Amino acid sequence: MAYSSSYGVKPIGHKGKLLYLPHLERESNQGGGGMRVLVLEPAKCTGCRACMDACSFEKTGVFNPLDARINVTTFHEDLTFVPSVCTQCEIPYCAQVCPTGTLVKNAETGRVDFLREKCIGCKQCVLACPWGSIKLNHLGKEIIKCDHCNGDPACVKVCSPKALTYVEVEDMVASKQAGVAGAYRKIAEEMSRGVNP
Amino acid sequence: MMDGGYQGKILRVNLTDQTAREEPLREDWAREFIGGRGYGTRILMEEVDPRVDPLAPENKVVIATGPLDGTTAPSSGRVMVITKGALNGAIASSNAGGYFGPMLKRAGYDLIIIEGKSPAPVYLWINKGTVEFRDASHLWGKLVPESDQLMREETHLQAETMVIGPAGEKLSRISGVMFSGHRASGRTGVGAVVGSKNLKGIAVRGTLGVTVADHDAFLEAVRSTSSILAGNPVASGGLPTYGSAVLVNIINSTGSLPVRNAQEAFFPEANNISGESLRDHNLVRNEGCADCPLACGRVTEIREGTYKGEHGGGPEYESVWSFGAMCGVSDLDAVVMANFLCDRFGLDTISAGSTVACAMELYERGYMPKDDAPFPLRFGDAEAMVECVRAMGEQKDDFGRLLAQGSYRVGEHYGHPELSMTAKKQEFPAYDPRGIKGIGLEYATSNRGACHVRGYSIAAEVLAPGLDRLVYEGKAQVTKFLQDLTAALDSAGICLFTTFGLQAADLAQLVAGATGFPIDEKEFLTIGERIWNMEKLFNLKAGFTAKDDTLPPRILHDPIPAGPSKGEVEELDKMLGEYYTLRGWGTDSVPTKARLTDLGIAELA
Repeated sequence: MAYSSSYGVKPIGHKGKLLYLPHLERESNQGGGGMRVLVLEPAKCTGCRACMDACSFEKTGVFNPLDARINVTTFHEDLTFVPSVCTQCEIPYCAQVCPTGTLVKNAETGRVDFLREKCIGCKQCVLACPWGSIKLNHLGKEIIKCDHCNGDPACVKVCSPKALTYVEVEDMVASKQAGVAGAYRKIAEEMSRGVNP
Repeated sequence: MMDGGYQGKILRVNLTDQTAREEPLREDWAREFIGGRGYGTRILMEEVDPRVDPLAPENKVVIATGPLDGTTAPSSGRVMVITKGALNGAIASSNAGGYFGPMLKRAGYDLIIIEGKSPAPVYLWINKGTVEFRDASHLWGKLVPESDQLMREETHLQAETMVIGPAGEKLSRISGVMFSGHRASGRTGVGAVVGSKNLKGIAVRGTLGVTVADHDAFLEAVRSTSSILAGNPVASGGLPTYGSAVLVNIINSTGSLPVRNAQEAFFPEANNISGESLRDHNLVRNEGCADCPLACGRVTEIREGTYKGEHGGGPEYESVWSFGAMCGVSDLDAVVMANFLCDRFGLDTISAGSTVACAMELYERGYMPKDDAPFPLRFGDAEAMVECVRAMGEQKDDFGRLLAQGSYRVGEHYGHPELSMTAKKQEFPAYDPRGIKGIGLEYATSNRGACHVRGYSIAAEVLAPGLDRLVYEGKAQVTKFLQDLTAALDSAGICLFTTFGLQAADLAQLVAGATGFPIDEKEFLTIGERIWNMEKLFNLKAGFTAKDDTLPPRILHDPIPAGPSKGEVEELDKMLGEYYTLRGWGTDSVPTKARLTDLGIAELA
């Protein structure tokens, strides 16, 4: 990916390089250990909602955006499109309010797992989620949430404008830093010439 | 029972007595005509007298989806409006993007049949299996974006809408139907037909899913078609980057861009109104219709000058041409503004721009008395062009009311219908047949009147190397082939633009996966030919003859004065006879019994 080249080398822990290490050791030694996150960029989203159709089809075998774990909100007045999906929080409110331990932070994957068999359908998690990313399915009964398709998200595959990407968490940070630094470099150059931004 | 792709239900709405009922979708018709344009036309053949006044309550409107709507088939969210058109009384089907099609499927219906006429303005609220007839008196007269917003606020913010603007309410024969706020079923005057029924629009919301018959085969078809499109330079390069207006410079470089009402065909200022300029000056972001990887839709704004601060969707290639080159205007902001006005009033941009151009020529030649025009109508006057569009949207005076009826009626009014650049009274789009021979055959034979999206020969004549644009040989064959292909894909709910990369076999694979019907390339094209012939039969019954398969005299007789196609005229006769023969039609353009029998529609003759 583009930001890998900005490093010149691949980051440690990238794609199976350290697979020989025992899992726990990798966790303690290497931090994120290849943890991946879904990055959403509203500025690139065209509002086509293919991610929603692909998600529901992957999960249910039926195309129904109401069963999609990911969502795109369209603002008609200025034609902006904003995708949203579970952020797999480090301190998940959904898990904190769950009375049965159905929602559990998974230290290995970084995801918040939903253990369906424990769910009693109280819907407290739906209310607790700050993002509206814990949803009820189209029948209004079953709790649904994003599980990154267990590491191979269907939504990312259909997103042609690349508003959705699935990247390792440290790469996301590096990419963000590189972008900000690039902008700052211009400012710094101007400042060095005595131009006050 | 059908296994997938269809919801299996039709919603029939009678506006006269304000009743609605569900009917099953006919599997035999689904197999013969797929859905969308084909199925909708089949309904019209069954239920509407082709000789009826298009604006009479006896005319019906079908709003139809195809089996691919609501799936991840690329660019598959199309919706089709089928009726007897108000512009020329021919069979009309007008296609739009947006999200209405998939949402209608989720509400449980493959299509809606609208009949009768409401005693007062109403809109329909279709919500999870219920249909309400709602008073629309407060919406009557409101512009399209406002109507869309109010209808969603009054029903459900996630509802999708179909509305007409003031142009459709006032029965403008060049008015369209608008979906999702700004996607247009623009052509053939479908807006006036909806307006004549006192129907302001439809809000729809549903919670059902869309299934496919063969899960694995369908996913494989989606994978392969998506990957073909991702590797195609037009579908994944030119269109997303510059929108459809990427064509301006390409077509102008062939000397086939109609200028100043087609008095010329090369526009030196073309780059000012090109997709490249649009990207630099007005583009905010791309917009994709449902499940579309191309996202050629433009979200635009005007950043300086008279119209500073205006924003909306578009314009498409045809629109920058009609308000630009066709009117001799090279001010892109004015062109963008005229497009916004059409979207707001619910006017067809192709017909609107070409009508302004016709009025300008009538005025400049002195055929239109100066007193008839509220301001001088000179080619190249950007402000006059925009004000003409506003006048035909508002219809406040005789001038606006006349222009709102399209260029043919404007020309006729002043005794010069030959200055209307139309075939079957519908304005032709942004390709001059004198410089691209095959497209003239398409304009002349298109069942809904002059049109580029019924058999887009430009793909073969200009965009892909193959056919020489200036020869006549082979054009009848390619036109027939593309007309048949398009009729089938228009019935499947997929966008014509996918054919920049996809072949008939690819499209057939998608439809077969979704429906489970044994449709291969050959069957797909046969279905298309069946639909084409059915449309032709409707027109013959409506009174059209071979004499109507023609082009404006200017295109047939006046050589292009300058540019890369200098000296060319369109010799339509060199293609028309061969075309009729290939179609299995007589010289009178009437389909032979044998061909209709082959296609299984002899009983419709």
